[in-house]
Amino acid sequence: MAAILDQPRSKCALAAIQTAQAIPGVLPILHAGPGCAYKLVGNRGTSGRFAANVFPCTNVGESEIVFGGEEKLRENIQSALKVIDADLYMVFTGCTTEIVGDDVQQIVESYADEVKPVLYVSAPGFKGSNYLGYEWVLEALIRQYMQDAPAVRQGLVNIWGGVPFQDPSAVNDLRVLESLIAKLGFQPNTIFGNGRGVNNVNIVPAAEYNVLVSPWAGLSTMKLLKERFGTPFFHYPVRPVGAVETSAFLRAFARFASVDAALVEPVIASEEDRFYYYLEQWADSFLEETVTSQHFSIAADAYTALGIAKFLVNNMGFIPEMQFITDDPPEEYREAISKYFSDNVSGIPMPILFEDDGYQIKETMKRLDYVDKPLIIGSFYEKQVAAELRGSYLETAWPVVERRIIVSSYVGYDGGLRLLEDLTSPAVKTEGRMVYF
Amino acid sequence: MTEIKLATSNVEVRENRLGSIANYIGDVQNLHDCARCGTLRDRGNCFTQANSCANIEALVISLARIRNVAIINHGPRGCVANAALPYAFNRAMETAQFPNRTVYIGTDMRESDTVFGAVESLRETARETVRRYQPEALFISNTCTSAIIGEDIDALVDELKGELRIPIAAVHCEGFRSKIWATGFDVADHAVLTSGIIQPPRETRRVINFKNFRESERSRITEMFAELDVTPQFLYCGSDVEQLSHLSESLATVTICDTLGTYLGNVLEQQYGVPYVRTISPLGVTGFETWFREVARLAGREEKAEAYIQRQREIYLPQIEEIKKDFQDVECAIGMGPGFTFEISRVLQELGFKVIHGISWHFDSSYDHGGEPESLRYLAENGANFPFTVSDNQNHEQSHILKNAQPEIYFTRHPGSSVWAVKLGIPSLFVSDEYAFFGYARLLQTAKTIRDTLKNRSFVNALSAHVKTPYTDWWYAQNRQDFMKEVL
Repeated sequence: MAAILDQPRSKCALAAIQTAQAIPGVLPILHAGPGCAYKLVGNRGTSGRFAANVFPCTNVGESEIVFGGEEKLRENIQSALKVIDADLYMVFTGCTTEIVGDDVQQIVESYADEVKPVLYVSAPGFKGSNYLGYEWVLEALIRQYMQDAPAVRQGLVNIWGGVPFQDPSAVNDLRVLESLIAKLGFQPNTIFGNGRGVNNVNIVPAAEYNVLVSPWAGLSTMKLLKERFGTPFFHYPVRPVGAVETSAFLRAFARFASVDAALVEPVIASEEDRFYYYLEQWADSFLEETVTSQHFSIAADAYTALGIAKFLVNNMGFIPEMQFITDDPPEEYREAISKYFSDNVSGIPMPILFEDDGYQIKETMKRLDYVDKPLIIGSFYEKQVAAELRGSYLETAWPVVERRIIVSSYVGYDGGLRLLEDLTSPAVKTEGRMVYF
Repeated sequence: MTEIKLATSNVEVRENRLGSIANYIGDVQNLHDCARCGTLRDRGNCFTQANSCANIEALVISLARIRNVAIINHGPRGCVANAALPYAFNRAMETAQFPNRTVYIGTDMRESDTVFGAVESLRETARETVRRYQPEALFISNTCTSAIIGEDIDALVDELKGELRIPIAAVHCEGFRSKIWATGFDVADHAVLTSGIIQPPRETRRVINFKNFRESERSRITEMFAELDVTPQFLYCGSDVEQLSHLSESLATVTICDTLGTYLGNVLEQQYGVPYVRTISPLGVTGFETWFREVARLAGREEKAEAYIQRQREIYLPQIEEIKKDFQDVECAIGMGPGFTFEISRVLQELGFKVIHGISWHFDSSYDHGGEPESLRYLAENGANFPFTVSDNQNHEQSHILKNAQPEIYFTRHPGSSVWAVKLGIPSLFVSDEYAFFGYARLLQTAKTIRDTLKNRSFVNALSAHVKTPYTDWWYAQNRQDFMKEVL
């Protein structure tokens, strides 16, 4: 039911157009209001080949509300097929056309004989958040597009992680996960980001395994892939940041895939050697600036919060205060998520709150005893409370407004070091030429 | 003159009120002729791309810039997906003099709400918002979803007015209402006018209402106006409820953009006799002098204005004349909202450019006083003519025009438009600051930036050599007219 939405940390299901956008060659076509794409995609780091203002959209107006918009949609799909050079077209319905009741499925099915595939995703904003919408896009690919593979390709592993664009570095994280899995002798396959695309979607059914690195988002997709193609999946809930977790991730996957320890351990040893070489060099700063043992709170989705919190607690000696989980996970996953946070090799449990109300997050943080200046990690919205608490602050969860995340990732061994760079550099702030709209 | 109806919470959309259109292919003289004879009819397009909506323009671009108020946008969570922007914008504009605690809140409508309605939740959200943030005024708006299911925000506003004891207005800015997203500007003005914020005049104050977007020239304008013994009241950023309450007592209303200012300016004139300045806008030398003289006339300080103009001319005109040499007959294209496309075309021609294509995101046949936009009249009557397209920031049309016309530079406003010229190998200047060509100093500064944009093409060349256009060759070879269609 409707309720106050104060400082939203997720978007609506229609923002799954960004999931489609993250697969090169896939073009979202919106049967929705004129401003939906602009609101949901924004204009920072989104001017790739199929940017929001390239998306075909029926720009539903009064006449489509009154008389229906099916004709306009047909016309727009027809034109899009000729005007825009895409590999796959994906039609999304928004709130207006769902309420009006346009029969979009039937329209899309009439394009079944086109050379290029045209798929359909029902994604009205009132049905849920973009964490759900992300899975609906994958579901559409699985049910409407993917074909059974003639045979399983041994060693081929599909990797799935965070929600593209919603987790600001989700696609960069996949690049790191690919290289980690490749070190164990597998051929990784992902569908999002540079150099990937419909060809990668095509071989998903042939994989030997699916690997999901995410606390909950993506789990129903893994189950669906298993049901449809019989592919076993490996679920690792923690986004591995730094040496402790990344080594644990590699060992766990190796066990799952029956990889010989003699192959895995040398990989881990060499990666850890490198990680601790740098940690040793910089340990003076971390200790003398009393960075370690700092109390912290994170306000982020489960994917972002869990990975960073585990690194700080299990690798770096930080002390967790309340962690705020903002992606409203379905009830069935919540107990497991709490357990992921409490179950730590350091023996220190982490209390969490499922809370996405910015006011409550702020007021709760203000009541916590951080002993000294806290570390606050979260979205743009946490900047204010971090300043009020005179704490340090890292902006890394959506909405990210004042940071640019282009190719960097906190995943893996180097990712942990990268996070330390961002967390512990004395704040070097210059007034940029930011223009807001 | 359009009829002003402040007794209702709703303002007529631009297509009905101002004869606005979103599709046209022709030229400046023809557009001027059609607008004058009232023969301009909008057409449809067989292919449309995502753009903006009245909800964005009314809330994020307008009302959320007022200081210390609350906006509640009643709809699903995606309708406030851009909620961080007003906070970021207001923080960036904030000074010690103008702290801002405006909030922008959603109601997170869910599927069951589309069946059973959510006015009760909205009422609770309004109460909770006031409890949390103590805003000085409250704006409650519709989105597509809440409007389709018929949520009665007017009745709720009436009830809450008694309960919450602050100015409250309904904002009817659902995205499907108007094909012209600039309608959102009028809806925002209308909400301010109907909220009870603006009080009837008790005195006349030597203040000039200044409707703009980002007020980057606040300090220069304040100094300039001081010479005329008047103070600017910028709208809406930097203004608070108390300041807005005096709008009816001002000497005049001016605007940097007629598309933005027409409704508020004309209503204040009709309701309260505050004159609305309708000259060409203060961009470029001719525009600035024409406008400043009119402001000075209304302020009764003509002589002081002449002295100011003489001083500025002596400093800047020689430098402007010098830099103009770099631009003689350089071919350019321009794509902006209608006000800026006409005004900045005029300025570019003043600088020596040859405008080879103009695009405006929509076109208003008239403004609220009933007359043709002065910016177009001035262009047309001074003999300007060039191919002209009205297209609502349609990327495929812009790309088609630029690829085929091959201007040496493209000037554009509005997010996401400049990059596409650059991808085609055409240098582009993103004129986001509405004051980029204001008066003498900024005209000179921007002329230098244009010179620099033309001078170092490394980014343009490097990027364009490594990207692939989203469009097919087939599209670039089409006649755009073939995609136009008649609509009822």
